[in-house]
Amino acid sequence: MNKYKAVIGLEMHCELKSNSKVFSSARNSYNEIANDNVRPVDMAFPGTLPVVNKECVRKALLMSMVLGCKQPEYMYFDRKNYYYPDLPKGYQITQMHDPVGVDGEIIIECDGYEKTVQIHDIHLEEDAASLDHLYDVSLIDYNRAGVPLLELVTEPCLNSAEEAVAFLETMRRIYQYCDVSEADTKKGQIRCDVNVSIMDPDATELGTKVEIKNINSFGNVYDAIVYEIKRQSELKDAGRYDEVVQETRRFDEETGTTIHMRSKVDAIDYKYFVEPNIPKYKIDKSWLMEIRESIPMLPRERKAMYINDFGLSEYDAGIIIKEKDYADYFEECVRLGMDAKTAANWLTVQIIAYLGKHDITLSDFYLKPNLLKQLIDEQVKGTISSKQAKEIFFKALSDEKEPKTYISKDTAQITDKAEIETIIDTILENNQSQIEQYKNGKTNLFDYFVGQVMKETRGKANPVITKEILKDKLDN
Amino acid sequence: MTELGIEKLHEMLKKGEVTSADLIKEALEKSHKVQDKCNAFVTIMDDAKELPVTDEMLSGIPYGIKDNYSTKDILSTGSSNTLKDYVPFFDATAVANLKRRGAVAVNKTALDEFGMGGTGTTAHTGVIRNPWNTKRMCAGSSSGSAAAVAAGVYPYALGSDTGDSIRKPAAFCGIVGYKPTYGMISRYGLFPFASSLDTCGVLTRSVKDAAIVVDAMKGIDKYDQTSWDSSDIHLYDSIDGNVKGKKLFYIKEITDISNYPDASNELKRHLEIFYETLDKLRNIGCEVTEVSIDKTLLRAIPSVYVCLSCAEATSNMSNLTGIIFGPRGKGDNVLDMMKDHRTKGFSPLIKRRFVIGSYILQKENQERYFVNAQRVRRLIVDKMKELFKTYDALILPVSTGVAPYIDGSKDELSSDDTAILEEHLQIGNFGGFPSITIPNGFIDNLPVGINITGDCKTDANVLNIAYALESEMNYKDMIAGCPNE
Repeated sequence: MNKYKAVIGLEMHCELKSNSKVFSSARNSYNEIANDNVRPVDMAFPGTLPVVNKECVRKALLMSMVLGCKQPEYMYFDRKNYYYPDLPKGYQITQMHDPVGVDGEIIIECDGYEKTVQIHDIHLEEDAASLDHLYDVSLIDYNRAGVPLLELVTEPCLNSAEEAVAFLETMRRIYQYCDVSEADTKKGQIRCDVNVSIMDPDATELGTKVEIKNINSFGNVYDAIVYEIKRQSELKDAGRYDEVVQETRRFDEETGTTIHMRSKVDAIDYKYFVEPNIPKYKIDKSWLMEIRESIPMLPRERKAMYINDFGLSEYDAGIIIKEKDYADYFEECVRLGMDAKTAANWLTVQIIAYLGKHDITLSDFYLKPNLLKQLIDEQVKGTISSKQAKEIFFKALSDEKEPKTYISKDTAQITDKAEIETIIDTILENNQSQIEQYKNGKTNLFDYFVGQVMKETRGKANPVITKEILKDKLDN
Repeated sequence: MTELGIEKLHEMLKKGEVTSADLIKEALEKSHKVQDKCNAFVTIMDDAKELPVTDEMLSGIPYGIKDNYSTKDILSTGSSNTLKDYVPFFDATAVANLKRRGAVAVNKTALDEFGMGGTGTTAHTGVIRNPWNTKRMCAGSSSGSAAAVAAGVYPYALGSDTGDSIRKPAAFCGIVGYKPTYGMISRYGLFPFASSLDTCGVLTRSVKDAAIVVDAMKGIDKYDQTSWDSSDIHLYDSIDGNVKGKKLFYIKEITDISNYPDASNELKRHLEIFYETLDKLRNIGCEVTEVSIDKTLLRAIPSVYVCLSCAEATSNMSNLTGIIFGPRGKGDNVLDMMKDHRTKGFSPLIKRRFVIGSYILQKENQERYFVNAQRVRRLIVDKMKELFKTYDALILPVSTGVAPYIDGSKDELSSDDTAILEEHLQIGNFGGFPSITIPNGFIDNLPVGINITGDCKTDANVLNIAYALESEMNYKDMIAGCPNE
């Protein structure tokens, strides 16, 4: 199957985070109540007009910069005309002629190697309404109509399903790091179109491109590409490559296959032309500079910093940058003066597992960095054992109480040598016969003495110190 | 009373010589008469209530609204079957601005369906007739507004102008039609025809009234990004009638009789009246110059207009599917339902324009038609802008003469020599220029008009010239059937 080279291009649609929609003053937020985030323009009532949301343009330009794209001199939009019940105006306002970004690139990591992905363009547009097809009726919810979307188009430069997903993961992370989007596939905020073709490895001309439209999870992107490569390869193997035609297919989740939707001859002519209701305007240079300066540190840079400056392992750093939440949490820990490696260890082992088990995110996680610090500091000092630290961690979480409430004098380890020595002296005094036996060779009585110390201190005596002093006293 | 101008009515209202209720009652009564005679209205608001008279010039005075303006709780059809029962839940910004100033709307006027015609014969409520002679048309698309104002129903009615839809009916009905600079009045709530050309405006019986009304309608609007702040422009206040030294030009290739070897007597007389009018301007101190423009460029005007307006219209009216509003079409699936709604809803003229627009926008045709039309539009506008550096305004006769007969009218492009004379007002829309038509004479007891167009945002200057000229003639405040002469 691998004797052919796969060539894959992606179109990634991502919903932007913003207060209002991209050309409408209606709210842009997830809403359980259908048709609630709606202004007249979202339902295309006659005479309504689009008004550009500047914040959406800012975010789009910011992404354009992050991807190393060229920004246009002028901002304007185009109409993409087609009829569909989810498209109230009968056209979508998008960018075709002069998008917010062209000719960019981004480095991705895939299975331990790095690859530069070429970006054809990135453009700002509006989403359509959502349709719910029931048995004999279809319902339209206009909440999504007009929600800002960024569409990112790669060059056909990816060569495997793994690379495609690595690219999408990288982008999803960047969107989140830049606070441009929640980029949550579960909320349908990311949708992809995938173009797949295969060719002989030594061929210079690309094979026939097949488009798979509207895939809504990265898992499905992976499966669709794998299936499509297999389908095309088998046809080519069988000498029936002419049956691979330029067409649009869709991914069927149930069967894990792709299914024909329409062929190239049925392709829609979208009759693009410049949106006349939004005047073309020059993008202010100083505004661009302002945007550029606001670009936060991105995951790749952060990972390098964690490894080089904080001494984390490649593995730990890799886990922490996976989610912006994790990275922010970790950096806050370091900022508060916690030991970086210890903090990283807590995050990657206990905290992430806890989040997974309870299906929550860090924003709902009770132990914020300042509270975790109470725990880690005592642990580093040795006031509490790592076992105790874990116990306190879970107690604090289930009671939603600060860890320090469990690290009172009462619960803290006794590490003071003099204090332990005093306790040991008393115990030895009261156990003269046992000392005799010990000295006569019943050395397993050593544990008896340790037990007595623990009994006396209710387990709080530092065991290492206790053993040290006991050994010293008994053996000399 | 409603045949009087706004200044006079306001004065009388203030003095208590007449009440708002009186005026509204009279306007409604006249509406019904004009409806019987001219079929000018889609809706007559018999329950219209008077509003308090304030210092606002328009307070308490009745007026009409073209039915392609969205009016809250009042049927707004665009004179189309696709919206025959559509009652909007919001006011167009221009209407809201007037309402805030106490203006009282008493009817919704009929138009060529969605403004896409120039005859007044394509409204879903039937042919609109000219009050000067009901066998004749009003031109369009603001036909009902023109007929009603000319008939003296009220001092003004709102219009919209994409090619000449305010300014040509004004000429045929012997009244004033003013299309301000693009973006001066918000288009929010105006049913779109061709967004880059559409302009709100007004039909009145005097230039000052036009200034008063547009002063009240205009203003930047957060719902229309093409609107601009004109708070430093006060049209009514800046009219002083002093036009000494103003420079105007007219275009030889349009106005010279030698361009029309087969000219009818009517056309000859129309052009004579035009030149006589120019002399009146010269008499009050204006310089009027003949300018020559490449005829090839002028000849392109009508086709550029058709290309751009049809293309934009096709897209603009794609929201009319009968899914969200308008009568739901029949069909087994949603696309068939849309098809049924549109097939039944639109008149053949509009469908033809959609076909043209679609064709022009098709990928393989766009460069050849649409993009080239945009280029020529730019050339024409550049040429005008260049001339406006030297001249205050362009002055030209409107149309080839008087209102044509309704019978035998065809709303299609005139392909003969007079096409430029018929369509040159479209220049005003290409450039978004302020442009006003005023009556300047009669031929066979029917009014003809003259048009003055200036550079963007020089509305005050254009109106002032029009006012000065109007003052030199005896066609102000005319009511159909009773010429002042």
